[in-house]
Amino acid sequence: MTQSTGSTRTTRARQVGVDIQETEENRAVVEAIEADNADCAVRHMPGLVRITSPTRIVVNRESVEQRLGREWETHEFQLAIVSYFGHIAEWDDDQILIQWDH
Amino acid sequence: MAAPRKLSMKQRYAALTRDLDWDLSYVDEDKAYPYTSFEGIKIHDWSKWEDPFRLTIDAYMKYQAEKDKRLYAVLDSFAQGQGHLQLTDPSYLNAMKLFLQGVTPLEYQAHRNFAYLARFLNGPGPRFAALCQSQDELRHAQTEIHTLSNYNKYYQGMHSWQHQHDRVWYLSVPKSYFDDAVTAGPFEFLIAIGFSFEYLLTNLLFVPFMSGASFNGDLPTMTFGFSAQSDESRHMTLGLEAIKFMLEQDPDNVPIVQAWIDKWFWRGYRLLALVSQMLDYMLPRKVMSWKEAFELYFEEQMLGGLFPDLAYYGITPPRHVEHAIAEKEVLSHQVYWTLYQFSFAAGFTTTIPSEDAQKWLAEQYPQTFEKLYKPLWGKAAAVVDNGGRYFYQGLPQLCQVCQVPMLFTEPGDPTTICQRHTEFEGERYDFCSDGCQWIFEREPEKYVQAWLPVHQIYQGNCGGPTVPDVLAWYKLQPGDNGEIAGNLEQTAWETWHATSSAEEQAPAPVAGN
Repeated sequence: MTQSTGSTRTTRARQVGVDIQETEENRAVVEAIEADNADCAVRHMPGLVRITSPTRIVVNRESVEQRLGREWETHEFQLAIVSYFGHIAEWDDDQILIQWDH
Repeated sequence: MAAPRKLSMKQRYAALTRDLDWDLSYVDEDKAYPYTSFEGIKIHDWSKWEDPFRLTIDAYMKYQAEKDKRLYAVLDSFAQGQGHLQLTDPSYLNAMKLFLQGVTPLEYQAHRNFAYLARFLNGPGPRFAALCQSQDELRHAQTEIHTLSNYNKYYQGMHSWQHQHDRVWYLSVPKSYFDDAVTAGPFEFLIAIGFSFEYLLTNLLFVPFMSGASFNGDLPTMTFGFSAQSDESRHMTLGLEAIKFMLEQDPDNVPIVQAWIDKWFWRGYRLLALVSQMLDYMLPRKVMSWKEAFELYFEEQMLGGLFPDLAYYGITPPRHVEHAIAEKEVLSHQVYWTLYQFSFAAGFTTTIPSEDAQKWLAEQYPQTFEKLYKPLWGKAAAVVDNGGRYFYQGLPQLCQVCQVPMLFTEPGDPTTICQRHTEFEGERYDFCSDGCQWIFEREPEKYVQAWLPVHQIYQGNCGGPTVPDVLAWYKLQPGDNGEIAGNLEQTAWETWHATSSAEEQAPAPVAGN
């Protein structure tokens, strides 16, 4: 590994997060994320919902579909997402996974 | 017979970006893609590029169309429902004027350069990602123009933004930033815009603007902002993918990429000086302070999250980042105080922050506002009490690199203006900071060509020798510029609200009647 700038940040948990537009449909998405990510925190800001986690955030298609009562493809998440931080480690038909790589 | 099985996302993406591609046989690869070697970046295997979104053309079209439908539904209801009267205050629109004049033309520039990448990157994966981004950027430019055109019918300052982007002094800050990026090679552009701007700094630009819109009754801007941001997440991914791809392809790429991160962090950070004052001063209802936004979006997410990840490749946090951190206490105040004095020559208006606003600023900046900046507003208020308005009668020295007036102070000393200079081929060049000086000294041949608005005025290239000549050349119209109190917009606003609350009431009397 290489040098870091030696700031005090190394002790802090490395959060990942995603910002989601506050809409009627996205409520189901937010609820699904809350249910599937026990360690996540949810904060409401003007117009958006911000979800952060000290480990990873997973969005499961099945969980969203259960709450939405209809089919939902993971591509639809593009209509919900405003911003994120972390790395999109996986995005397939069943799951979206945000975490840091290294 | 069983129905043919639908391909999975992974298979569809592979089919689009791998199966549809072919090896060139009539032309050498170097001739087909002539721009991907001169920057020194070594790529051994373009197929290693992965788009985590696994976007394909059908999905792209479907969801982009849905995004546009949602936006235009909001624009219709806004126009039908007299939405322009719902703002907290017309002065809020100064933030949107700055956005339209400064940012929208950048979207168009981004559209053009990503179209170039969509043709000239060697790998089909990055070419397709660049193609999508190119179309996104065009959509952003169009939807921003369309959204804000609803305000242009009623308010000043939005009529000549394209013209002004190329001419007006403070707009040379965003313009020169993007000119710098599009005149770099394709890899540097990916770091400059894809990574530094879209990933590292975008949240500091967009989220404050959009939350500000949401907080100040500007529904259409909030909607286009979120609509654009949903694309932006894809752009962030492209930026992050680009940097990881370069770093993984060859260890020789690491120092080149590091230098670009160092350069483009500081370039982007200086551009955001305009956003800092927007957050702290231009919004009638405040969302969060610049300091808080910087801590949240940059220090926590980027320095705390991203850079430890990139350390794996040998990448360190950007050079001069400690100056940006130290400046968070003073930045917005210094910028707005300067804009206050020069708004007679701007496409927006300024005023002394209200008592409530000053109280908020003192709470947000307990170490600096009351001590250093409140007294300045006291002086400005005394001038107003005596029937005047303080405008600075002279032209400022601009930084040769970021083109912001040299208003920033020495690191750790908020009362001494920071001035740096370098001699190059017998000429002296001035800089606002160590960061800008360092950028110049890496590529002096590039930055000596800068079109500095103040120099151009003195050289007689901006309409004439007097202030009215220059303002006419900027196409500024009455009500676009100067002081907020008592200007056209404010009086029109008062009239509209007076008549809408009591329809029978006669039009508001003209002063002096």
